[in-house]
Amino acid sequence: MKKRRILCLLVAILSVAMVLTGCSSDQKGAGGGKLKVGFIYIGTAGEPGYTYAHEQGRLYAEEKLGDKVEFVIQENVSDTDDSIVAVMQSMIEQGCKVIFANSYGFMDYMYDMAQEHPDVVFLHCSGSKSRENMLNYFGRIYQARYLSGIVAGMKTETNKIGYVAAHPIPEVIRGINAFTLGVRSVNPNATVEVVWTSTWYDPSLEKAAAISLLDKGCDVIAQHQDTTGPQIAAQERGKWCIGYNCDTADIVPESFLTAPIWNWGPYYTDQIQKVLDGTWKSENYWGGMEDGVVKLAPLTKNAPAGAQEKVDEMTQKIINGEFKVFEGPIKDQSGNVKVPEGKVMTDDELLSFDWFVEGVVGTLPES
Amino acid sequence: MIPFLKNAIISGTPLTFAILGAMYNEKAGNLNLGIEGMMLLGAVAGFQVAILTGNPLLSLLAAMVFGALGALIYAFLTVTLRTNQSVTGLALTIFGTGLSRFWGKRLMGTVIPESFSRNFRPLSMPFLSKIPVIGPVLSVFLEQDLFVYLSYAVVILSGIYLYHTRFGLNLRAVGENTAAADASGINVTLYKYVHILLGGALCGLGGAYLSLVYVPSWQDNVTSGRGWIAIALVIFTSWSPYRAFWGAFLFGGLDIVGFRIQTLNLPVSINQHFLRMLPYIATILVIIIGSVRKSTSHMPPADLGKPYFREER
Repeated sequence: MKKRRILCLLVAILSVAMVLTGCSSDQKGAGGGKLKVGFIYIGTAGEPGYTYAHEQGRLYAEEKLGDKVEFVIQENVSDTDDSIVAVMQSMIEQGCKVIFANSYGFMDYMYDMAQEHPDVVFLHCSGSKSRENMLNYFGRIYQARYLSGIVAGMKTETNKIGYVAAHPIPEVIRGINAFTLGVRSVNPNATVEVVWTSTWYDPSLEKAAAISLLDKGCDVIAQHQDTTGPQIAAQERGKWCIGYNCDTADIVPESFLTAPIWNWGPYYTDQIQKVLDGTWKSENYWGGMEDGVVKLAPLTKNAPAGAQEKVDEMTQKIINGEFKVFEGPIKDQSGNVKVPEGKVMTDDELLSFDWFVEGVVGTLPES
Repeated sequence: MIPFLKNAIISGTPLTFAILGAMYNEKAGNLNLGIEGMMLLGAVAGFQVAILTGNPLLSLLAAMVFGALGALIYAFLTVTLRTNQSVTGLALTIFGTGLSRFWGKRLMGTVIPESFSRNFRPLSMPFLSKIPVIGPVLSVFLEQDLFVYLSYAVVILSGIYLYHTRFGLNLRAVGENTAAADASGINVTLYKYVHILLGGALCGLGGAYLSLVYVPSWQDNVTSGRGWIAIALVIFTSWSPYRAFWGAFLFGGLDIVGFRIQTLNLPVSINQHFLRMLPYIATILVIIIGSVRKSTSHMPPADLGKPYFREER
């Protein structure tokens, strides 16, 4: 009796194991003479969000570069532990000569790995460390956030705009400030209310955060989050929203105004092409709207009248350098002038932003 | 305050289903740690059927069937093969999480048909606001969507079933003393199977509430740990369906209270990490209190977690 039971169990386990291994995707064999490029993503490439935007860029590069390049992709790699190390090692073993990684937390592991493998090119997004064979790259998404602020500022009727924010780091603070400056440039009475979620990715929590803002009277919801949760909250209440990362107008058609979005394709194509040509150099990159790496999604029918003209005008000024988002005078929350007239904040100052501009309602939690 | 309480109910609804699901498992004497897995199976199956058919009833049915299928694996292993319940439950959670990710990959970016938001819109009862005092309180519970009403129904029916029917009595007997129940002629295996499957179906509904109504788009790991909270909450609410509802309400509120405090703009900032910790601290406290206070009506089923071998009787 007992033996039969064990046998039965073994058969069950084996059949489950067989089904599972059958499902795992098999990697393609080594391509002859092709450049192998690895992409390491923190999130899921299929879902409109931060990683999706990177994947769109990679697909663009794949289309442009054709059969000269072969890609290896790994999604859902945690950036809070060392799991990226094994991923990078496996990519290098598979013959990858170029590796991209798209989250801040990957930086230190990549930095060490770059030292061990001087023949591999490493490109890290949103970080700050670089060496001979490793560069970091990012985009001035705050420029597009400023423009989206203009749209929100013209749209709001309650003069209260909600902002669902992830973590109090300089990148997020910079985005909130740029957005608020955009809002106040067209509507000096409006305020931007910030709520922190302490997560980049939690659909239900982000939605709950947006609902708390809507209950407080906000009628436009902006976000620095990776899911559409806040946008869905706005749509359910018949209010308006500003997305992030990609154009999600078809997911929330009734409430979507616009979104600051990424456009990585040209940069990725350029970098991989340089490796192919042997002209690649480790040059850090922080491109803006002038390069087309960040954009504002097309304004929808929900956008207020006159917003398109205003946005077009400011876009032009940003692109030809006439206008800088963080140019004085800029006051902080208590009304003190932090950036005097005629002065523009330096990149170093922008990269270590730790205060809010006037018009932001909310506090910076000690992290 | 009223909007906050309304949202606490909504945020607690997936928990209500999951707690009841876990409770049925434990009433039958089986500790099922696979709640999270079954919720995710229900969430993804419900979402898939919603995309395919646009029919809310079919979607809920699919969620229940897939939650129950997950439970069937668990029941077969723990009841028929008498495997270790904790290990089997953990395996079910890992399996459910993995399968929902694999399956959900092709669902990402798809939008739930409009018929859903129409059917699951909170009911509006303007006359309630005219009643002083009681009106707003009632509106917290009544101005909700039909799915929330379903959770009320399940709570009440579970209470009647467990405490006022012969089947409920038999079920409790199975959990309290399996051998005695067996001796008195109750079909122990049948009772265990039926209630483990029923529990799985309820967990599937809890997951479907998240993917179909609360979040309404497919996102990886949409339950984000609620299945685990539910297991602790079964202890918190001491295996009573009515208390399960209030426990879910309380924890749903704790889940979202942090944002409300932030929007109050208090002069003193309360660390958000502390606020996010509250539900878990509350869970630990409740478990401690529960184990100190040893009143019989608050004790777990006596044969909980023990595989039943008739030969060893």
